[in-house]
Parts: sequence; C-alpha cells; structure tokens
Amino acid sequence: MTLDSKIPKGPIKDKWTTYKDKIDLVNPANKRNIDIIVVGTGLAGGSAAATLAELGYNVKAFAYQDSPRRAHSIAAQGGINASKNYMGDGDSNYRLFYDTVKGGDYRSREANVYRLAEVSGNIIDQCVAQGVPFARDYGGLLDNRSFGGVLVSRTFYAKGQTGQQLLLGAYSAMNRQIARGKIEMFNRHEMLDVVIVDGKARGIITRNLITGEIERHSAHAVVIATGGYGNVYFLSTNAMGSNATAAWKIHKKGAYFANPCFTQIHPTCIPRSGDYQSKLTLMSESLRNDGRIWVPKNMDDAKAIQQGKLKPTEIAEENRDYFLERRYPAFGNLVPRDVASRAAKERCDAGYGVNATGEAVYLDFAFAFERYGKEQAKIHGISNPSKEKIIELGQAIIEEKYGNLFQMYEKIIAENPYETPMMIYPATHYTMGGVWVDYNLMTTVPGLYCIGEANFSDHGANRLGASALMQGLADGYFVLPYTIGDYLSDNIRTGKISTDSQEFEEAEKEVKDRITFFMNNNGSKSVDYFHKKLGKIMWDKVGMARNAEGLKEAMAEIKAIREEFWKEVKVPGDANEMNLELEKAGRVADFLELGELFAKDALDRNESCGGHFREESVELDGEQKGEAKRNDKDFAYVSAWEYKGEPSDAVLHKEELEFKDIELKTRSYK
Amino acid sequence: MNLTLKIWRQKGPQDKGRMVDYKVNDISEHMSFLEMMDVLNEQLVNSGDEPVAFDHDCREGICGMCSLYINGQAHGPDRGITTCQLHMRMFNDGDTITIEPFRAKAFPVIKDLVIDRMSFERIQQAGGYISVNTSGNTQDANNIPISKHAADEAMDAAACIGCGACVATCKNSSAMLFVGAKVSQFALLPQGQIEAAERVLNMVAQMDLEGFGNCTNIGACEIECPKGISLDNIARMNRELMKASLK
Repeated sequence: MTLDSKIPKGPIKDKWTTYKDKIDLVNPANKRNIDIIVVGTGLAGGSAAATLAELGYNVKAFAYQDSPRRAHSIAAQGGINASKNYMGDGDSNYRLFYDTVKGGDYRSREANVYRLAEVSGNIIDQCVAQGVPFARDYGGLLDNRSFGGVLVSRTFYAKGQTGQQLLLGAYSAMNRQIARGKIEMFNRHEMLDVVIVDGKARGIITRNLITGEIERHSAHAVVIATGGYGNVYFLSTNAMGSNATAAWKIHKKGAYFANPCFTQIHPTCIPRSGDYQSKLTLMSESLRNDGRIWVPKNMDDAKAIQQGKLKPTEIAEENRDYFLERRYPAFGNLVPRDVASRAAKERCDAGYGVNATGEAVYLDFAFAFERYGKEQAKIHGISNPSKEKIIELGQAIIEEKYGNLFQMYEKIIAENPYETPMMIYPATHYTMGGVWVDYNLMTTVPGLYCIGEANFSDHGANRLGASALMQGLADGYFVLPYTIGDYLSDNIRTGKISTDSQEFEEAEKEVKDRITFFMNNNGSKSVDYFHKKLGKIMWDKVGMARNAEGLKEAMAEIKAIREEFWKEVKVPGDANEMNLELEKAGRVADFLELGELFAKDALDRNESCGGHFREESVELDGEQKGEAKRNDKDFAYVSAWEYKGEPSDAVLHKEELEFKDIELKTRSYK
Repeated sequence: MNLTLKIWRQKGPQDKGRMVDYKVNDISEHMSFLEMMDVLNEQLVNSGDEPVAFDHDCREGICGMCSLYINGQAHGPDRGITTCQLHMRMFNDGDTITIEPFRAKAFPVIKDLVIDRMSFERIQQAGGYISVNTSGNTQDANNIPISKHAADEAMDAAACIGCGACVATCKNSSAMLFVGAKVSQFALLPQGQIEAAERVLNMVAQMDLEGFGNCTNIGACEIECPKGISLDNIARMNRELMKASLK
C-alpha cells in the first residue's frame, strides 16, 4: 500500500479553510444514527468525545482510570501555546508554524503544523468560555510566558497546573454530554483489540477492569487517543498506567506505526535516587524562564559535591559553568529540550554531575530572586532595601509563579529549593512518534483514527514545550470533528453495526486466549521484572545517544527478554475480578514488541535529528562542531512501519516530506 | 528500615474484609510510600500470593487516583500532599503502619484499597460545567476581562483533584469541600454566572442523593486536602445555594 497523506492542494495559508469548505458533511438527523468509539479520554480523547457528542453523534468513551479527569494530560504543568500575539511581540500563525517545524528539526508535515498554528487561538477562546482559569495580569487580560526554542511569549498558563485545568475543561464538556446521554462513559475499561469488518474499523474488544468481563462494542468509526509509549523505558514521567496497548493493537491490525524512535527526553526532571524508583517526576520547562543551569567548572569541585563535602552555594560565580549559556548564547537556558538534555548528559558523562550518582545538574534561581526582588522593591517604593528584603520579595514572586513545583521538589528530595539550587536530570517524557495518520488524522485502516500524543503527526523529531496540550486539543476540538464527517458521510445508510459477527467472535477469542495464557502460565518472574529489564536496555542503548552496534544489540536483547517473558511470566489472582498484575502483563507484552521496532527504526535512521541522536552523525567542524548532524538528502521522510509478525520483520514505508514554505536549514540556537 | 504493615484486604464488594499483617524489610527512607507498597507487592507476587490492589497513576500528586488512609489520616501523616507524594522518611524503623481505603458510604470498596468514586462523577455531571459548545467562533478570550484576584481565586478552587480525602476525613462523610470547590470556581468567573443558580441547586441535590453527609464546620477536610482547598469554598457554595433558593 502506498502512503497517501491527503494533503489538500493550494497555498499553505488556505489549505485548511478551503478543505473545510469542500468536505462532506453528515446532516444532523443522520448523526443521531452514527456511533463513534473514543478510546482514551485525556485532552485529545476528552475534547473529541465532547465535541462529537455536541455535534449529535452517539459517543462511547473508554478510560482505564475511574474518571476521565485522571488522564495523564492532567500532569502537564507549564502551559499551552497559541499565536494570539497578545503580547505584541511579533507572534503570528506563521511564526508558530515556523518555530514548530524548526523545533521539530524539519521532520514534521508542513500542512498539519500550519493547521495546528491556525486553530491554536480558537483553543484559548474555547477554554476561556468553558471557565478555565488562565493566569491574568492586573488589567484583567490573559498573561503569557515564554518556553524553550522560541523568541516570543505565547504560552498561556494556569499556575503550574495548565494541563489539569485544560483537562478539567474538556472533562466538564464531557460531563455535560454524559448527563444528556450523548456520551456513554466506560470508566475502568481497557481496550484490548480493535475489530475490523470488511476492511473498516467497526468496534473494539474491552475488559471491564472491575469484573474482568470481556465486552464487545461496535461503532461506525473508532478513535484512538491513548497517549504515548514513554513507559517502554519503565522509568519515565508518564503515569504508571500509561501504555501503548491500544496503539500497538491497531498497529498489529494494519495501522502503520510512524517514527517510533522520535522520543523526547526532557531536561528538567528530578534525578533518580535508587533502584526502587517507580517513576520520574518532571519539573516544568517554564522553570527555565527564571532558573539558570550550571555545573562546577572545576573537576575538584564536582568531586567534592558528589561526595557531599561541598555545597553548591559555596562555589564562587567564576567557578561555575553555565553550559547552556556558554554553548548557545542566543537561546541560553531556553534552548529546545533535546539540545538541553544532550548538553546536560555531555557534562555529566564528562564527570561534572552534581549528586552522588553523578547524574544531575543544577537549576539555580538565586538570580531570579534578586532580579524580581529589586523590581518589587521599586514597585512598593522601598528605598535602599536590604539584601534579605530583596531576596524575600523575589522569592514571593517565584512562589507565586512556581510554588507548587517548588513544593513538589522539596517533598521528593527533602531539600528546600529556595535555599539551595534544584538538581535536575533528563528523563523520558513524550513520544513524538506514534500511529501514522493522514491529514484527516485517519490511520491506514479506514474508519480508524488516531489523535493526540498517540499519533505521530505534528512535532517531527522534537516537540517544543507547551505544544502537546495545543496539539491534543486542536485534534480533539477542531480537527477530528470536521474530518471524521468526511468519512462518516459514506456511512449514513450502514445502520447499526452488529457485534454478532465472526470478526467480533475472532477478536474476542484472541483476547480471551491471551488472558487464559497469562493466568495459567505459572512462571517464576513478576511482570515488573521484565519491564525493568526492557527499560534498562532502552535507556542504555536506545536513549539519549544511539549507535548502530548498540541498537543491534538492543534488538537482539529485547527479543530474548520477550521470549523469556512468554515462558516465565507469572500472573497471580483471578481473571474474573480486578487484577492489576494481569493488566500490567498485557501492557508489558506489547512494550516488548514496540521496544524492538523502536530500536529498528533508530537503526534505520542513520542521522541525528531532534530527540534522535546517532553518534555516527555529528558535525565535525565549523561553528556547529559537536552538534547533531541532520541528513536531509537521505532522511527527510516519515518512516511508517507495517506489521509483519516479528517486529524485526516490519516493512518500512516512506512518506517523503516536502518543505515548500520553510527552507530546510541547520537548526542553530547559538 | 523494617516495618510491619496492617493492610485492609477485601476480595470484592461483597466480601466482609479484614486487616492482614505483612512485614517489609530494608525500606529506604528516600522511597515514596507507594514504592514501599511496590516492594511489598513484588514480595507477594514472588511468593505466589495476590498483591494488594490500590489505586495510583501519575505518582506526582495531580491525578487524584491514590487514596490511602494511613495511620488514621487521609494521604498519611504529612500535609499538602497525596499518598504518592508521601515519603518513607516520615516513618521510623520498627514502625507499624495501618493502611485502609478511604471510607464513606458513598465510596464503596471495590477490592482491597480500591474504592468506587462514581458518586463524584455523578455530582460533576449534574452541573459541573458551563454550557458552551465547541466552535471556532466563541468570542476572543480577551473580550472577557477577569480581575487577577478573581482569576487567582477561581484557580485555587479549581485546583481540586477529586481524590476524596475531604470525604474520608470528615466525620459526617461530607463532600461539601469537593462540591464547593467546583461551584466556587464558576461562581467567581463571569462565564459561570448565567447558569449559577441551576448549577448549585443541581449539584447539591445530587450530593445529597449520593448519601454524603452535611458540613458541621469542623474544618478537618481543609487540613487534610492535598491541594489546600479552602473552607471559604463551602461558605461560598452555601451563599450561592441561598441565593438560588430565594429566586
């Protein structure tokens, strides 16, 4: 099958508008006879479910948690981008589009990104209308802040809980439709397979996580909005339950999986403290607005710090290495995430890390306390304020901006970040790769859609801060509700889809067989044992720096773990009741396949771009010496993998990327 | 450190349930409480026993899933945190720790430490929203100026994570802090005014229907709330309810 991205013709600025004008619609009376399944109810799934129900479709929505409000979108902290240009600092749709394509290291689809920028403003309008309490300035208008990789302030925020507030906005819109009966909500349900009838997605098989019952659900179209696959690393900033099962199951049933190696390692996470660690905690990128990142300049100081003999506050200014400001003077501490992460790794690998494990750098707010303090003293008319007074006033401002983050840090590390610099280290955070979709957000299976982090589309090889929330809501509120109508307009005479077909029978049997296998396997090792083993290989060999040899080893090792898993995994308890180990077993089984495809994709892409860094592809001289080297001649494509059984047998399809509105350039933040 | 855990085990909603003792050894003080529970569960799985079921997801204090009642306190012996943010440094070697689910009539136990909070969902569905359809044509966000003070106060109310610690803590199993927070968020914003009366009447009616108790101004909910939701929100809800009832 050849890939058709279905990008509309015409100038980029008009594509979406013209396309919408011509798209087929379903009339309101017919919408009442059409069912849509939405799996996952985070920002993308929740906003899509609510909007589709408002339009009149019958929506069935599924979440593995006990409420849509628990989806991991809720943990997004810093903000959401929109090209409103409220600050008057030169922002525009084009600039947001340009920044996103450049930030993604020229591996995203121009038309999709432009559309994203175009609807970004509508998202803010919609959320405000819903009662999302965005931060305001004293005049009552919306406030903005700046994020990495851009030169304007376009990020809207609600304290450090922007994701929470946006998700609660979508959740409230869902609740309104649940109350009207237009959304049937299935909490504590997990999708375990998709059902394809006559080549079209027509339903799903789910497990009721409370009773263990296996259920069949049919619909005219299925939307997957189940988030990313960062937990393939075991340790990540994702929620414990975040998983790739829905995305992987549809891949196995014909949906191509795109760019799996494009994964974001976020620079500002709380460092690991021990082997028992179950997850990593992110500290919002917004902290880089006010914090300066450094390590000691001298190896002796670094050693002393690692041994606990020296405190960071005792190191003199001239003995500190503000390595981001040194290497990237134009963007400084606000370089994109991939660049910041690699720079921190480089310093730590060289031995300058600042905690006992040597895997941490400082994020220091002392300067911000002073800067804000002086400003506040002026505002409050305090003449000749003491140093203490300045710091006190400055700390109050920082507390107002990031109070919850500082509290979170203190609870985890047991150090007061107002008194000593924070320690941070990169951690897996977001997956730009995902299920391949066309301009309509439809996968390679007709009637099967994929939105939000679960698809691959808008962020290329690296996502800019505050763009995930933007994409999730753009897909759910403003894109999918239009594009899905184009497909459903052909389905108005289809009638109700029966679940009594052979296709449902077979899919259900497959699901039940697998559960029976797990329950009867009686192996000797827990699910977590395998997950941790997989995670270590992923981090060591498919992590922040990758090479051909390591990737080949990773593929072989993951395959070996997978074989051991099927022999030795042990799942206690009963299948006909709540069984958390059984849930985990199914998810880890899928990660064990996805991980191998991930390494295969990374091996295929012998270039460094965005979050994917190949040690073989580095600039050897000039101003960019030592920086990642992209290869547009050979790799300006989306890799879309077709399932063929073993992950190593997956077949590569290339969607060549065309750049007509942006000139391909070396990404420089110097 | 070495610890004795007394944990509520209950096979299903119909089972009577009981406290069971477990021992865990070599627990690091840097572990989170749930990581300690992971150690216990790994131990149980390896010895062929069924692990203890408990709700958790984000493990960073925001999703509101985790809901343990530890040594008689919702989310355990620290302030301003959820169970997942509780660290073992709050305990001492040799301690015995009692772990129960959040208990209330409206939160039936599903299994072990996992509870059913659908009552909260139904309250939200009764009116916890502003009726605005998605369109690209809602008015520009800056056409609705909102004073910084009101926006900040609405945000403070909206910070509720719906965990239910307030209910578990209250001697009356009252959900008024939870409901008050949502009512307040919208009452403080101009967008919420149009449906204000209907909203508060419907949400309060649903709250009563679910079997939550009433507020008797003890204030324990505010102290145990991981997000510091203020008691003022209950007062504001009562005021809104009074206003709506007089209409």
